[in-house]
Amino acid sequence: MTSPDPALRAIDCDVHPMPVSLRSLSPYMDAFWADQVVERGMTGLDSQSWPIGSPKTIRADWRDAKGRGASSVEELRAQALDPFGVDIAILNPLYGVQLLFNEDMCRAFTRALNDWVRAEWLDRDPRLRASIVLPMHTPEQAVDEIERLAPDRRFVQALALVMGEVPLGRRQWWPVFEACVRHGLALGIHAGSAYRHPQTSVGWTSWYLEEYAANQQAFQSTLASLVTEGALGKFPALKVVLLESGVTWLPAFLWRLQKVWKGVRFEVPWVDRLPAEIVRDQVRLSAQPFDAPADGVGRILDHLRSEEMLLWASDWPHWQFDGNDCIPPGIPARLLPKLLRGNALATYPRLAPTGAARQGDAA
Amino acid sequence: MNVIQPIQHPGKPAAATLGLVDVDIHPRAKSIEEFRPFLSARWWEHLTTWGMRQRHGYTGGQPPFPKAQPMASRRDAWPPGGTPCSDLDFMRFQLLDNYGTDVGILNPLQPSGQGDRNNGFSAAMAHATNEWQLEAWLRKEPRLRGSVVVPYEDSAASAAEIRARAGDPNFAQVLMMSRTAEPAGNPRYWPIYEAAVEAGLPVAFHAFGYSGWAMTNGGWPSFYIEEVSEHATSCQNQVISLVVEGVFERLPGLKVVLIECGFAWMPSVAWRLDGHWKHLRSEVPHLTRAPSEQIRDHIWVSTQPMEEPERGAHVLDICEWIGWDHILFATDYPHWDFDDPREALPGIIPPERRRDIFGGNARKLYGF
Repeated sequence: MTSPDPALRAIDCDVHPMPVSLRSLSPYMDAFWADQVVERGMTGLDSQSWPIGSPKTIRADWRDAKGRGASSVEELRAQALDPFGVDIAILNPLYGVQLLFNEDMCRAFTRALNDWVRAEWLDRDPRLRASIVLPMHTPEQAVDEIERLAPDRRFVQALALVMGEVPLGRRQWWPVFEACVRHGLALGIHAGSAYRHPQTSVGWTSWYLEEYAANQQAFQSTLASLVTEGALGKFPALKVVLLESGVTWLPAFLWRLQKVWKGVRFEVPWVDRLPAEIVRDQVRLSAQPFDAPADGVGRILDHLRSEEMLLWASDWPHWQFDGNDCIPPGIPARLLPKLLRGNALATYPRLAPTGAARQGDAA
Repeated sequence: MNVIQPIQHPGKPAAATLGLVDVDIHPRAKSIEEFRPFLSARWWEHLTTWGMRQRHGYTGGQPPFPKAQPMASRRDAWPPGGTPCSDLDFMRFQLLDNYGTDVGILNPLQPSGQGDRNNGFSAAMAHATNEWQLEAWLRKEPRLRGSVVVPYEDSAASAAEIRARAGDPNFAQVLMMSRTAEPAGNPRYWPIYEAAVEAGLPVAFHAFGYSGWAMTNGGWPSFYIEEVSEHATSCQNQVISLVVEGVFERLPGLKVVLIECGFAWMPSVAWRLDGHWKHLRSEVPHLTRAPSEQIRDHIWVSTQPMEEPERGAHVLDICEWIGWDHILFATDYPHWDFDDPREALPGIIPPERRRDIFGGNARKLYGF
């Protein structure tokens, strides 16, 4: 889909670099933690949200001889950046550092992960940008990590998992949102769990298919929390990006939340605008996966009532499509300039063209 | 919502030419004494001493998310000297006679013992609730049908209760709450579904209950508005579980009714399962049919509360995707978000579809 049209030079909002093992991060730890990795025999932090063997986690033709993948810039270039004509790609590491229960270890390994991304990915290809993975034991830790990395403008977003310990709208997280706004960072929320709770509100699932599907519910709950707690209203400049969330659940969710809000809004008087309007103004979604058959996509886009909300992503190396069919079937061509590029530029202030202006971005 | 209107023109909606079937009415005992004749001395003593013990922290029926109004009910639903929907005559006047209801299905909520942490007590209470339905409502009013309340965390006791009611035309369905302690497709619940199929009864999940787990998969929410909207996510997980565990493939005769769960979310859940099932099939070889087909064939939904699209026409897309023949009318009487049969369905829904939603679909499903 490489296009000579500058308006169609793609911004890929969701690619996933994967450390081969915890030892990959050791060079970025201080002596104490590097020693702990060895002395305690820690091997890897691959999360059950993304079992390495699952066909979903790494597309078959993107696996190396050992069955892994996404471990180097070279693979990213050959498998996604070049074939999809990507101008900019945002790295969202999903390595399971957020699952750790020891808050000191969580902070140390998260810092190492972010520094690994900077040294082994950002420094090796000028097309790359990244998210700051947040240690989420305490808001103070999360804000510290933002402050540490924000001076490097290649970090364009702060990143949390959609299933954490407490819902993301809760007041305790507001200093994190304040830091995002202050530094011009979007708040990315990606599918996946820190395993503080079962993947459903009715208990643990038996199958990975159920577990993967349940991210769709987590995004609904998280949006409900961000709206009803008043977090989005408090930080109107905050852009929230839902990553690998699926898209088609959003209209029905808004219809229900808005109806209930009309009935019981006296409980949350600080929500003083229609929830659907708040969400359309401040929330964006990556369009891979879309979760609809091609003939349903047009109707769902009509239900969304916005052309500004969807951001293109390959979700590399996750398997969402075959070959180079990286745009969900059914998306109308007229939407492509916004989907591929314009919406991302409007969402991420740090992607704004600097110096030599990028042609085609003026609109 | 919360608007008291004088009764002007009693009678059913004009489009209800196949009858008006209300699949969600919540009867309540005037006092817990009404259950006494149906409980052993041992369980009566247990109830009055220890009370019900739900999978949350409060006693006395106080929910952890206080409702937005007393007993979550319409302000005009209190009969003289009683609590909402505890008086048959008052209910007849306010609901059945007023709207010309042909059949109303009772879904008793608390106190029913469902979801209690004590399985023996739960079974005793469920049995008592069913006896009470017969005594206080069903034998007195031919327009009403009951639901077989089951102690669903004990599937053997539930199956026994279903078998004891099999063949009794007073009961129209089996009733579970939507927030079970494990996902509803888990094999621990299969004996309930097997007994229901054997008895020829649909299994209804009514939104409510306490699973014991956080009400979102990312932790406990803060507000009642969240608790209410999270019923949709809980029910989504139940549909996913029923499909992915292979319950419908195992029991092709099983019919599931989702009551007060909303339904606009169902097409998205079905599409998502279809798409990712294609990639993950090696994990679930027991699934031979597309999830969306299973959902289309086995699941019915009730109207109240209908999601309200910003543009009315969008509701037609949703109904089309779900299947017009799988949508049942419900009022949720006497609760605050009661749907008035004469006003609830969006005007954009064509008359023949309204006719089926008001009565035709329920008559086919339940065999009324």
